[in-house]
Amino acid sequence: MAEKTHPDQITGAEIVIRCLEQEKVKFVFGYPGGAVLHIYDAIYNQDHFKHILVRHEQAAVHAADAFSRATGEVGVALVTSGPGATNAITGIATAYMDSIPLVVISGQVPVPAIGLDAFQEVDMVGVTRPCVKHNFLVKDVKDIAVTIKKAFHIARTGRPGPVVVDIPKDITAHLAKFSYPESIEMRSYSPVIKGHSGQIKKAIKLLLEAKRPMVYTGGGLVLGDAAALLTKLVRALGVPVTNTLMGLGGYPSTDKQFLGMLGMHGTYEANMAMQDCDVLLAVGARFDDRVIGNPDHFYSKDRTIIHVDIDPSSISKRVKVHVPIVGDVKSVLHEMNELVEAEKPVQSPALKAWWAQIESWRGKLCLEFDNSNGLIKPQYVIQKLWEVTKGDAYVTSDVGQHQMWAAQYYKFDKPRRWINSGGLGTMGVGLPYAMGCQFADPEAQVACVTGEGSIQMNIQELSTCKQYHLPIKVILLNNRYLGMVRQWQEFFYENRYSESYMDSLPDFVKLAESYGHVGMNIEKPQDVEGALTEAFAMKDRFVFMNFITDQKENVFPMIEAGKGLSQMILANDIGAEDL
Amino acid sequence: MRHIVSLLMENEAGALSRVAGLFSARGYNIESLTVAPTEDPTLSRMTIVTSGSDDVIEQIIKQLNKLIDVVKVLDLNDGRFIERELMLVKVKATGAFREEMKRMCDIFRGRIIDVADGTFTIELTGSGHKLDAFLEGLDRAAILETVRTGASGIGRGDRILKI
Repeated sequence: MAEKTHPDQITGAEIVIRCLEQEKVKFVFGYPGGAVLHIYDAIYNQDHFKHILVRHEQAAVHAADAFSRATGEVGVALVTSGPGATNAITGIATAYMDSIPLVVISGQVPVPAIGLDAFQEVDMVGVTRPCVKHNFLVKDVKDIAVTIKKAFHIARTGRPGPVVVDIPKDITAHLAKFSYPESIEMRSYSPVIKGHSGQIKKAIKLLLEAKRPMVYTGGGLVLGDAAALLTKLVRALGVPVTNTLMGLGGYPSTDKQFLGMLGMHGTYEANMAMQDCDVLLAVGARFDDRVIGNPDHFYSKDRTIIHVDIDPSSISKRVKVHVPIVGDVKSVLHEMNELVEAEKPVQSPALKAWWAQIESWRGKLCLEFDNSNGLIKPQYVIQKLWEVTKGDAYVTSDVGQHQMWAAQYYKFDKPRRWINSGGLGTMGVGLPYAMGCQFADPEAQVACVTGEGSIQMNIQELSTCKQYHLPIKVILLNNRYLGMVRQWQEFFYENRYSESYMDSLPDFVKLAESYGHVGMNIEKPQDVEGALTEAFAMKDRFVFMNFITDQKENVFPMIEAGKGLSQMILANDIGAEDL
Repeated sequence: MRHIVSLLMENEAGALSRVAGLFSARGYNIESLTVAPTEDPTLSRMTIVTSGSDDVIEQIIKQLNKLIDVVKVLDLNDGRFIERELMLVKVKATGAFREEMKRMCDIFRGRIIDVADGTFTIELTGSGHKLDAFLEGLDRAAILETVRTGASGIGRGDRILKI
């Protein structure tokens, strides 16, 4: 450490801690290592935030990400240089794809060693550039505070996203006076908040005059904390609404105006209404390939699209938009509600006819499933999970069939309760996501719906859960297959199940028990509800529930990649003998 | 269609790679890219020559604006503009070639900036088309080396890109 030339001087490491204190950070998820030893030494002597020691840096970033998804606050992770930094990449890319505000602080080799292939050196700024909102390399102790201030500002404003701050080890030992800027002005960065009033008026006029209106909302609505405003608008207009995978909870799923999730595994009614509507209001959503399928098929000359988004580059990216509104969803929806209130809309005969059409689509009962073969149906487990948790749990998922079933059958009535990797589709997020949620809301019920493939991608976190006594409930839908891969192989590769069978699985009950957790095997449908009730009654225990499910169950409805929204395969389109 | 995009960005380490990385990651064409600090040393001015459909160009402008270091972006093709590129060409200049090269250089308003036994180095400024035309006018075998800066562009009249 350097000699103090002024009594007010503190080390760069202490400055980092003071910055996090100023940002009111409650949790830092991390893993120590050489380049961050000074920072960890400063953590040792502070009690402003709690450091959570994970078992792998990827999990640190996922947990920080989930903490942010659950609370709306900026998540913070701390990793060392080199492998610590590269292990964090999947977590950063996951957060980037879903626009989650994070500040990831990574250690770097000392400034004089940069570029010399030093031990544990990696060009973190270079490696993360394509998967961060922004990143910084701090080369002077005097820049630490302003850089961290900028990082938090950039992460949480505009379209949120992860920001990496890479700090060389010698900088954390250098001395400087600490002063944290009150506010930050950046001439190159000033996100638009307020939408264009003329465009908003035009949008409302279109919606009021629409014969077949439809509202479609995504993760942006949840991130913008505008679910209540959207619900108010949809109810006042009396129009149907659908949510994307990322947007679930943006509108109460148990409400009759809700048509379910749309997209590749969306409901028949949501996809048909999306395809057939004449005025579409899209809020904080981005028309991605898993949502609207093929844009050429989606195109309709009879449909006018209104798109509200904070990111101009999301507008007219895959689908041409007629009324673009760039702005913060909360501000835009507030203005929309005021306009609608002044109009006092009444249900037109056309809207009535539209609802009749929608009801006929609903009549297909596309989420019905055959529950009679004596095996545990994964859908049934999720239905019971919803009942036992009274629809009020944080539900995290990994990626695959179980994710789709959780999205389809757990009815989310509140935003920030459904925590999953929508954009990047990262297997292995489920358990660290559950950790982040449990830290965010220690009293809440947290369920991690997962598969035997995904859970093994971050299974080491069972140890972290033990250390911090996290009473998470793991709902493992164990079908001994990488289910979604198996489903595609069945449909599109003539049942050639190449490398999708999960052999040599551990005894999950014993594994859980070896970490001091409770393990349960559930093998019969009649035991599902009782087991769930018993597990959730253990309020202070981590319970690992291994449900042995029907191996051949597939996710329906399904749209083949590259096909259009109205080209769904429904469960009852395929006879049981085909499966 | 070919577009010239001008932008002002923070003159910071790594800023150039953010722009270059954006073009490669999203599969946008990049014909040339030039960058240098402006009269305000904290700002760099970049000129990118790219091509694509109207939709792609719209996305390029939006994505550039989204980069945190980018202060302002202007698609010069949205109005009238001037485009210039500098080229240095080293050519064979022996015997009768010496006169011929001198004449070609005069026709294109170039300047001979270095003379040696058997070679001239010619400096030529103009639009990309003019530079192409000059090279096409030369005997291929006479061209020893060419260096081009890529286009720089500026709006005409009161079209100004400044903060």
